[in-house]
Amino acid sequence: MNTELLKERWRRNWYKFSRNPLSILGLAVVLSIIVIAIFAAFFAPYPEHAFVFVDFKNAKSPPSWQHLCGTDMAGRDILSRIFFGFRYSLVMAVSVLSVATPPGVLLGLIAGYMRDTWVDTAIMRVADVFLSVPSMVLALAVCSMLEPTLYNAMLAVTVMWWPWYTRLVYGAASSIKNEYFVQAAEVTGASTFHILFGEIFPNCLSTIFTKMTLDVGWVILIGSTLSFVGLGAQPPTPDLGTMVSDGSKYIPAQWWISLFPALFIVVIILGFNLLGDGVRDMLAGD
Amino acid sequence: MNIKKYVAYRLVSSFFVLFGLSLLIFSLSRLVPGDPARLALGPMAPQWAVDKLRAQLHLDEPVYIQYIYWVTNVFRGDLGQSLVTRRGVFNDILEFFPATFELVIFSVILSTSLAIILGVTSGKYANSLWDNIVRVISYIGIAIPSFVWAIMSVFIFGYVLRWFPTLGRLSSGVVMPPKVTGLLLIDSLIAGKLDVFRDAFYHMILPGTSLVISRLAQEARITRASVVENLHKDYIMAARSFGIPEKTITLRYLLKPSLIPTVAVMGMDIAGSMGGSFIVETIFNWPGLGRYGMSAMLSNDINAIVGVVMLIGVFFAFMNILVDLITAYLDPRIMMKLRGS
Repeated sequence: MNTELLKERWRRNWYKFSRNPLSILGLAVVLSIIVIAIFAAFFAPYPEHAFVFVDFKNAKSPPSWQHLCGTDMAGRDILSRIFFGFRYSLVMAVSVLSVATPPGVLLGLIAGYMRDTWVDTAIMRVADVFLSVPSMVLALAVCSMLEPTLYNAMLAVTVMWWPWYTRLVYGAASSIKNEYFVQAAEVTGASTFHILFGEIFPNCLSTIFTKMTLDVGWVILIGSTLSFVGLGAQPPTPDLGTMVSDGSKYIPAQWWISLFPALFIVVIILGFNLLGDGVRDMLAGD
Repeated sequence: MNIKKYVAYRLVSSFFVLFGLSLLIFSLSRLVPGDPARLALGPMAPQWAVDKLRAQLHLDEPVYIQYIYWVTNVFRGDLGQSLVTRRGVFNDILEFFPATFELVIFSVILSTSLAIILGVTSGKYANSLWDNIVRVISYIGIAIPSFVWAIMSVFIFGYVLRWFPTLGRLSSGVVMPPKVTGLLLIDSLIAGKLDVFRDAFYHMILPGTSLVISRLAQEARITRASVVENLHKDYIMAARSFGIPEKTITLRYLLKPSLIPTVAVMGMDIAGSMGGSFIVETIFNWPGLGRYGMSAMLSNDINAIVGVVMLIGVFFAFMNILVDLITAYLDPRIMMKLRGS
C-alpha cells in the first residue's frame, strides 16, 4: 500500500472520528490522563505525599486552596495521590489487555479456522468454562487465592479476560474462512500458518482493535473494584480503588477522602468509553 | 429439534461446563499459598490439631484424590465444611442465598423495566432533548463502578438526605416474618405485615440501585437502538398509513420486537448483578451469598469459596437457559429455528 493511500485513509478516519464531539472529548480526557500519569511528579502539587508521608497536623482537612481535594487521614494531599493513582489504573489496563489478547486471539483463530473439528470443540468448551461464572466472581476468586498484590490482581483479570477475545475472533474467523480469498489460498497450497496469520488475521484486526479500546474502561473498573475490596494494590500505593475504600470509613464527616478518588475513577472510565465508542464508529464503515 | 430436546441439550452441555468449572476452581483452591488448616485454626493452635484437620480435609493427598473425594461428596449434597463458620458450606449457602436472590431479582426487574421506559421513549423521539438527556445519563451510568455508586448513595441518600436506610435487610426492632420462601418481600406479604414489607422494600432500594446502575444504562442504549431500527420498518409504516393511533402502534406493534435484544442480555444482566453483589452486599452489610463469599475469599476459606463459585455457576447456567427460552418465545424466528432443525 503506498503512503498516499495510507494518508488518505487516515485523513478520512480522522474526519469520521472528529465529527462526534463526544469522541473528541473522550480523546482529550484520555490524553490528559496519560500526560498527567507520566508526569505525575510534575503536575502533583505535593508529589512527596504520594506514598509514605505523615502530617497529622493537617490530617482530614477539607478541600481548600492549599489542598484542592482535601487531605486524607494521614494528612496527605488527595489530589497528588489521585494523579499518581492514574499510573496504576493505566498500567493495569495496558498490561491486562496486552497479555490477555494474544492468546485469546490465537485460540479464536485456530478454533474458528478448524470449525467443527475436535480442536474447535476443545478450545471453545474451555472458553465456556471460564465464562460460566460472572467474570467479577471468577476474578475475585482467583485473586483471593493469590497474595494480594497489584500483579496478582492483573493476573486474575487476565485469566478471566482472554475467553472474550477467543469468542470474538472465533465468530469472525469462522465466517472469514469461507471467503473466496481464503479458499484461493487453500487451493494454491498455502500453509495453515499463512492462512491464519496472512489471510484471516488481518481481516479480524479492526474488530479486535475496537474491542480493545472498548475494554480499557472495563479493565480499569474491575481493577479498581479488586483493590477496593483489598485484593489488589496495597497501601501506601496511591491506587484509586484503595483510596476510595480507605476513605469510606470516614463517611459522612470527611466525605472528600473517598469522594474525589471515586469521581476520578468515573472520569477515567468515562473518557475511555467515549474514546472507544468513537473508534468503534470510525472503524465500523470499513 | 423441539423445545424439550433443546432444553435437554442445554442442560447436558451445562453439566459438562460446570464439571470443567469445578476442575478449574478446585485445583486453583488447592494452589493457595500457605496451609488452609493452619489458617483456619490460627497461629496458636497446636501442631497435632492442624495435622488432624489436614487429615480430615485430605490435604496431604494428591490433588486429584482430593477432587475425587470432593465430587463424591457433592453428589451426596455435601460441599464440605466452612473453615470459618465451622458449619456445612451447603447449609450456609442455603441460608444466605435467598437474600441475594431477592436482591438480584429486584434489581434485574428494576433495571429492565426502567431501561425499557428510557429506551423506548428516547428511541421513539430520537435526537430530541429527552433523547440527549438519556444519552448523557447512560454514558455516565456505564462509567460508574458499583462500589462507587454504593458509597456515593450511602453518603447522599443515607446520610445527607436520610431517605433510605443503609445497612441490612430490616431495621433493628422489626420482627422477621416467619420464613416461608426466605424472600422478605414475599414472606411479609404472606404474614400480612405491610409495615415489614415497607421496611424491607426501603432497605432494598440503595443496594438494588447500586447493583444495576451500569447495566441499566447499557440496556437503555440497547433498547433505544432496537427501537430506532424497528421504527423504520415497513410494518410500522403500514400501521401508520392505516391511521392506527401512535400510542397503539408503540404499545402493540413496536414494543415486542424491540424488546428482544433487551431480554437477550438479561442473562448477562443477572451475571453482572451476581458479580456486583459481592461488593454491594459487603458495603450494605446485606446478609447474602455475596457477603458470605466475599468474607470467605478474604479469609481463604477454600471450601466455602469453591462452594459459592459452583453454586453461582449452576444458578447462572439455569438463568441463561431460561432467558434463551423467553427470547425464543418473543422472537418467532428463533422458535422456528428450534422447531425446524
